[in-house]
Amino acid sequence: MSLLTLSFTLAFVAIAIILSTWLKIGVERDIIIATVRSTIQLLIVGYILKIVFGLNNPLFIVLMIILMIAVATQNASKRGNGIVGVTWRILIAITIAEVIAQSLLVGLHIIPAKAQYLIPISGMIIGNAMIVSGLLLNRLQSEAASHRQEIITLLALGGTPKQSMMPFVKQAIRASLIPTIDSTKTMGLVQLPGMMTGQIIAGADPIIAVRFQLVVLFSFMASAMIASITLGFLTYPSLFNQYQQLILPVSSK
Amino acid sequence: MSEQNAPVAISFQQVFTSFSIKKERSTVLKNITATVPKGDIVALIGPSGSGKSTLLSLCNLLHTADSGEVLVEGVNVLNWNVTELRRKVGLVFQSPTMFPGTVRENLALARRLQGSTLNDPESLLINVGLSPDLLDHDASDLSGGQKQRIALARVLSTEPHALLLDEVTSALDPSAARNVEEWILQIHAKERTTMLWVTHHLEQAQRVSQWTWLMVDGHLIEATETKRFFSSPQSEHGQLFLQGELSGYLT
Repeated sequence: MSLLTLSFTLAFVAIAIILSTWLKIGVERDIIIATVRSTIQLLIVGYILKIVFGLNNPLFIVLMIILMIAVATQNASKRGNGIVGVTWRILIAITIAEVIAQSLLVGLHIIPAKAQYLIPISGMIIGNAMIVSGLLLNRLQSEAASHRQEIITLLALGGTPKQSMMPFVKQAIRASLIPTIDSTKTMGLVQLPGMMTGQIIAGADPIIAVRFQLVVLFSFMASAMIASITLGFLTYPSLFNQYQQLILPVSSK
Repeated sequence: MSEQNAPVAISFQQVFTSFSIKKERSTVLKNITATVPKGDIVALIGPSGSGKSTLLSLCNLLHTADSGEVLVEGVNVLNWNVTELRRKVGLVFQSPTMFPGTVRENLALARRLQGSTLNDPESLLINVGLSPDLLDHDASDLSGGQKQRIALARVLSTEPHALLLDEVTSALDPSAARNVEEWILQIHAKERTTMLWVTHHLEQAQRVSQWTWLMVDGHLIEATETKRFFSSPQSEHGQLFLQGELSGYLT
């Protein structure tokens, strides 16, 4: 696709801006910012990927993955405002999920250890782990707030924070995984996943594209679960103080 | 407070406590000094928002005092093993929380948290005036009064030395309230369990307690023998409160 052809797609942006102006929806400015940002970000990433793929140097692959984890952590930590040390907990959770998933994928020779496989699949795994982490943090705080009386009753009966909180940690983990599991269930029926679509458009055999998509889906489920469980277990103790009193972050009250 | 030489179960020494609500710090307990004699029942009365429940929650460390000391059996609560303290100082809430499952499972809860089993749930039920037939009923099917008695029995299963009762009958209808009250008094008669009993029901305070503490706006205004308090309150606040002229609810 030439840049000229690509620029024709700005017609879509124009349609959105015209509609927004006409109906006074007021998102023109945001549409323009989004268009400019996504164009610049993706073009830069495209060039960086080209360089990294060309070098195929493990150091750059690792750096790239670290960068992705850092951005994902930063993003997900916004969901845990008020929880002490939430950033490093997310960092650990996402890193563990990514390392385990990639070790299996590469270790079992499911994908070759090459930049063009490692980086996009890492991006998807890390991105999904980020979303799951955000959901988990949100849910964990709301579970603790809405079941406050049950938790306090258990504490008052001599239960430890772990005993008092465990049903709600599990509930939060379960809730955070539902979107991943549900989208896996309907995969192919409701929507064709982006990666597969991309491969098919780029000329790959749909059968091969499907196989890669399955690899991604299955590693998604496992890595989402690993990230969610790790984060849930790392985070719940911070909802209690040294005297085993429930302390809810201000944001969840 | 009074001139007793009896052993002390719970004692408060110059206790201050505050909470932050919407970034503003408000002091809810102001310089509380008092002792609960071992084996006695202290009724804690006062207008709502005067800090009664907060004072209770310091005794089992569900809250921590900002300054001053809270001693249980002579030991600062901060030096107790927290779970041990909470088993020794049981708390019954205004509204009983039942967990999913049967009455038997709810009764066994405190023991299960300790990693042991409850051997004699029947006698726990009989102890609070309920039939052992209820054991395998779903706990959520019970009436309010029954749930409150299950909650009481559940707390008693840890064999507490002291009980904190936070308006335990105020969510119940009058006959259920009277019933729960009587069973608590029976337990007291049998075990001589020390009790700190928050109530807004003045007749109840008069019926159940040896000592009455009046709290107003975080201050402990009067702490005296119940008979004396209700016949001749020493403080102006006490007189006003008994006349129903102090803000808050009165019977």
